Amino acid sequence: MTYPETPRRSWVQRWHVKGIVGTVVLVVLLIASSRMTGVDVGMFFSNFGQFMNLLVRMSSPAWDYTAVIIQPLLETIQMAILGTTIGAALAIPFAVLSASNLIHSRLLRGVTRLFLDLVRTLPDLLLAAIFVAIFGIGSTAGVVTLAIFSFGMVSKLFYEVIETIDMGPLEALESVGASKVTIIWYAVLPQILNQFISYFLYTLEINVRASTVLGYLGAGGIGVFLQRSLNEFNYSQTAVIILATLVVVLVIDGISNHLRRVLL
Amino acid sequence: MTTMTVMTKPHRTIWQRWNWLLWVVVIGALYYWTINGLKFTGLQESAGAVSQSIVDGLVHPQWSYVYDGSGEDLLSLILQTLAIAFLGTIVSAVISVPFAFWAARGTHERFFLRSGSGKVVLTLIRTFPEIVLAIMFIKAVGPGSYAGVLAVSIHSIGMLGKLFSEAIENMDRGSEEAITSAGGRAGQVFALATVPTIMPEFFSYTLYRFEIAVRSASILGMVGAGGIGTPMIFAIQTRNWPKVGIILLGIVVMVLLIDSLSEQLRKRLI
Repeated sequence: MTYPETPRRSWVQRWHVKGIVGTVVLVVLLIASSRMTGVDVGMFFSNFGQFMNLLVRMSSPAWDYTAVIIQPLLETIQMAILGTTIGAALAIPFAVLSASNLIHSRLLRGVTRLFLDLVRTLPDLLLAAIFVAIFGIGSTAGVVTLAIFSFGMVSKLFYEVIETIDMGPLEALESVGASKVTIIWYAVLPQILNQFISYFLYTLEINVRASTVLGYLGAGGIGVFLQRSLNEFNYSQTAVIILATLVVVLVIDGISNHLRRVLL
Repeated sequence: MTTMTVMTKPHRTIWQRWNWLLWVVVIGALYYWTINGLKFTGLQESAGAVSQSIVDGLVHPQWSYVYDGSGEDLLSLILQTLAIAFLGTIVSAVISVPFAFWAARGTHERFFLRSGSGKVVLTLIRTFPEIVLAIMFIKAVGPGSYAGVLAVSIHSIGMLGKLFSEAIENMDRGSEEAITSAGGRAGQVFALATVPTIMPEFFSYTLYRFEIAVRSASILGMVGAGGIGTPMIFAIQTRNWPKVGIILLGIVVMVLLIDSLSEQLRKRLI
């Protein structure tokens, strides 16, 4: 009589090598990084009173400050709208160039995508700091920052949309000898327009959030007032600014979510 | 006589036919308001010269800054930035788990009071700007990377909690039911079915959040919360463009490396 063979576990499985090695690596990394950053749990709790004091002062917002910040808040929204629009407009040609179903040259695609990857690595505040140095303090630097920032994000989203389109209409137009521009206008555009607008709105949401802190480095909008109130230790004003920002973000998110639901 | 069939267009109401015009007006007005509302300072006189020197600095980075053994060089600060992001993400992932179970919509829940309140709290945390958090923690623990770690840990809860709770809502309940029907107690169901099912997704989201944390850790230094941002803002303020160039290069390489590493790991997880 032969017994069915019991499944053999390899040495790696039997001693849980993967799990143990993973845990050890994680613990070593945790210890190394906490030593490097000088984390001191005790200090946090001994200074916790100070932190709470800050929160308490924030919890009584100076409501009369609202009137002052309405204008900069609107400016923040305007910066976000304009920045996103410019960024999205710039992104379209780059998205077309990096879509694998439209551009067959691997080299061209690779170069464009590498460029886009490089743009995407730069954090928004870093860009703001550089553009403030170029354009001076004011909303222009903010708009340019948001344009570059959204360009990186939107172009990736756009080319991923383009890559999912149905190739049938394209082949039909190609077979009757239409030019590349005609193909894009009549076969590509109708398929992607709604998704483009949806991603545009999504980017706008992110940009509204981002633009609220850009002013911290002088790039216009509500962030300028945020920095001022923090520098003057006027936390009740800071609280108003944060709450007002929250309201604006929620309203924009709501509108954009509604529009996106209608579109898709 | 030939019969002619006339193709009638599907009937559309006036509203359907003309509502695009409304959109044109609304969007036009929006852009009119936007462009008129912004005060364009225009280019400063020095803008050309500054851009020239920025490009110059980027082309000729200050290579000597990469490593000089002082502990204040690019490599040590990049490592410090990564440490801030790593520690912040891990701490926040641990704290996010209870938040996620709080905010996840339960199958038998009525009126969604519990999950609704959890979602509101997570949204509040998410909207609180990371920079402001960093400044608050600097007041509490002094300037340095510790404040950065705290800012990343607290801010990430907002997003990780949301992603985790969505993972819980969408998880496969099959193994939970199996353990329950075999007579498992609530604790056993949790340990043997819930945790193993959602762990890979939690890990994957944590890695994704780590990618974002690396970016934010590199700018938190601009307000004094440690990492590469501090020398960056000093270099920009003192117009030391070769140094800005090398730091930018460092950040770009760091982010690209971390992104591809994390992508590899995430592919293996799911």
